[in-house]
Amino acid sequence: MLFFTRWKAAAILLTALAVCLCAVPNFFPEHMVKTWPSWAQRHVVLGLDLQGGSHLLLEVDSGAVRKEQLQSIDDDVLRVLRQARVPFTGRAIRGNAVEVHITRDTDIDNALGKLRELAQPVGGFAGTTGQRTIDVTQNGSVITLTPTDATVTERVRQAVDQSIQIIERRVNEIGLVEPTIQREGADRILVQVPGLQDPTHLKELLGKTAKLDFRMVDLSMTPEQAAQAHPSDSEILDGEKGDKYLIEKRVLVSGADLVDAQPGFDQRTSEPIVSFRFNSSGARKFAEATQANVGKPFAIVLDNKVISAPVIREPILGGSGQISGSFTVQSANDLAILLRAGALPAPLTIIEERTVGPGLGQDSINAGEHAAYAGAALVIVFMFVTYGLFGLFANIAVAINVAMIFGVLSLLSATLTLPGIAGIVLTVGIAVDSNVLIYERIREEVRHGRSAINAIDAGFTRALATILDSNITTFIAAAVLFYIGTGPVRGFAVTLGIGIITTLFTAFTLTRLIVAYWVRLWRPKVVPI
Amino acid sequence: MRLLRIVPDDTKFDFMRFRRISFPVSALLSIAAIALYFFHGLNFGIDFVGGTLMEVQTKAGLADLGKMRATIAGLKLGDFQLQQFGAPDDVLIRISEQPGGDEAQQVAVQKVRSALGDDVDYRRVEVVGPSVSNELLAYGTIGLMLAILAILIYLWFRFEWQFALGAMIANVHDIVLTVGFMSLTHIDFDLTSIAALLTILGYSLNDTVVIYDRIREMLRRYKRMPMPELLNASVNATLSRSIVTHVTVAMSLLALLLFGGQAIHSFTATMMFGVVLVGTYTSVFIASPILIYLGVGSGRLGGPEEPEAPSLAPTQTPAPASRSTPGQRARARR
Repeated sequence: MLFFTRWKAAAILLTALAVCLCAVPNFFPEHMVKTWPSWAQRHVVLGLDLQGGSHLLLEVDSGAVRKEQLQSIDDDVLRVLRQARVPFTGRAIRGNAVEVHITRDTDIDNALGKLRELAQPVGGFAGTTGQRTIDVTQNGSVITLTPTDATVTERVRQAVDQSIQIIERRVNEIGLVEPTIQREGADRILVQVPGLQDPTHLKELLGKTAKLDFRMVDLSMTPEQAAQAHPSDSEILDGEKGDKYLIEKRVLVSGADLVDAQPGFDQRTSEPIVSFRFNSSGARKFAEATQANVGKPFAIVLDNKVISAPVIREPILGGSGQISGSFTVQSANDLAILLRAGALPAPLTIIEERTVGPGLGQDSINAGEHAAYAGAALVIVFMFVTYGLFGLFANIAVAINVAMIFGVLSLLSATLTLPGIAGIVLTVGIAVDSNVLIYERIREEVRHGRSAINAIDAGFTRALATILDSNITTFIAAAVLFYIGTGPVRGFAVTLGIGIITTLFTAFTLTRLIVAYWVRLWRPKVVPI
Repeated sequence: MRLLRIVPDDTKFDFMRFRRISFPVSALLSIAAIALYFFHGLNFGIDFVGGTLMEVQTKAGLADLGKMRATIAGLKLGDFQLQQFGAPDDVLIRISEQPGGDEAQQVAVQKVRSALGDDVDYRRVEVVGPSVSNELLAYGTIGLMLAILAILIYLWFRFEWQFALGAMIANVHDIVLTVGFMSLTHIDFDLTSIAALLTILGYSLNDTVVIYDRIREMLRRYKRMPMPELLNASVNATLSRSIVTHVTVAMSLLALLLFGGQAIHSFTATMMFGVVLVGTYTSVFIASPILIYLGVGSGRLGGPEEPEAPSLAPTQTPAPASRSTPGQRARARR
């Protein structure tokens, strides 16, 4: 147990040194570290609870994704059956399916064939699962089209991916520094913005779908009449000031055709406006629509709300225009940002928010540091008083242990949270325990009458088995914490888990090596503990 | 230099005799803890019941709790609590979950923010919607159970089933008592509490395993020693280590408790109770004597004299080569 070959000793020392060196970038200011080669730049990232910032967990409204999917199937059914000249009645969305009643029995086979063509393999033609996007079933004269679960999941996944891109654009537009935006689970997105103290504005921007449409105002009846008559091609929408409009469902041009949007001021009224520009197809559609409807009002609809409904005075052919509503400078600016970034595929809901101000973060860092120093001082003195020279060895080993934890954390670019610091402090306790186990065992072996070197050897051999057992059980607890935990708890699990590994390393190699060299140099007759 | 010996060498306390006291006491305490959980309840934080937590610091001197309370009461957001938190200008505001799903929580925060205005610094704002809080509680509970199960399986492999069962009883005892403590003191029960419970679990096991390890070693070496005596010898042999380790852990925790700040206060307080008070007691007075009842080493004395059985005195007898476990020996005798 006390014999090390020269190579083994060198390997142990080099490993410890290399891991400790990984912690070095943490001690230099960031602008200096940035000039180093990229492999040397890895360092511990402070969690939002320590550096301050906002953590927002968003959920994509999968219900809306599903609804939109059903809507598009519904539209397809209409188109396909009209093209095939099949008469039908009672086309409707019922629950999770679209149903259509075919009027003439002789048409059913034809209709079924045409509608089956709507179903495509999941994941395009490369899809290997053999599953189709839509289940088409027939019951008498009623044909039912149900989107399969696989398609719905796939759509939600796509919606999350798209949302992430759009959120990135929106967050970057308002100039926030180093945001992290990542997928969480099936339908969630985690947005973390370090240093952001008041996320109110960000939440406003993320809470808007920003779906912009240009549609005609339906003048055939008043909104009050429509509330009774329920016209099929128009819907009643709210305006900005609580007024109501009857707007055609048909979209002239959608926000997807926008290429640019900028806030500005109206030259005559000097009110804030948003000016926009269409791409070529959008410009063509807009020109055609305005030419055909001069003198009639059209509506600019944002997230199912009418922002303004101006009358078309002359055809707009240039492909650009301006939106004037009751904007403030801020809201015009926001709308421009939202329009540039694009519409979210589905509404997002904020389901969790955690914001920490910079004051609290700094206080927490200070508290963590003070606790670490105080804890370390107490433990170091206690170990020295209890085990003398060997206590000193233990203190050296524990110090190297802590340095190695920081090294591994840096190597992983792990996030250090306040519970993470607690994890390190507790690891110190565990690391000390491993030394205590060894020394107590040596004391015992001495009492049983073994010679000094013999007792040290036996003490190590027997204590290390115990250390392994007890640490593995704690490691299991840490691993479970890591898998089930989120955010701060995960940080705790990471440092505890890493700490256990480095503790095992130092107990099995470094402490032994130190004692072995001491034994070789001093050839002790009595163990000084 | 004379070194500190907290525990004198070669103690011979009769720990096993205390089982007639410690078992009923622990049983009573456990029942009390369970009763507390059901009738007094836990002070669930927003992580598990949803709602809003805001820590604010008044910019102009002392916080006027009365005025703040009136302001927030005017918003009609249902149940809320105000509490001074650490410094005199630091106030913790807790608002219960609003009816109406995830969005309603955001609306509530916005109302409070605009009502309090610029008079305060927002040190911390946490909003947990109902969809997250339910999940967090479920994951927390599942995690705790998974951890116990995983550790049990590991101990079953490393030791024997009696040891695994004994450790599990000791663990559940620790968790139950700690939950009782949290109910009694009304400490916030949030995500970090689950972390605390898991750490207590790990530490308590760590301690139990160290003693079990010694018991296993003694079982191999002293085949004719009566069980209570053998357990006593094992606990006494590891006593010094237990005390020294717990003193150092208590020192680390004390440092966290005193200087670690409010944010982890409930975490460290729970740990202090669970690790230092309960964990130590359990491994000595519950986990070890329970092995007698679980039948570890029973039937050893009825068997024929085994050739390598050494004298009873725990002196420097070398460990025997035989690595057979008590279970195997019991089987061999049949």
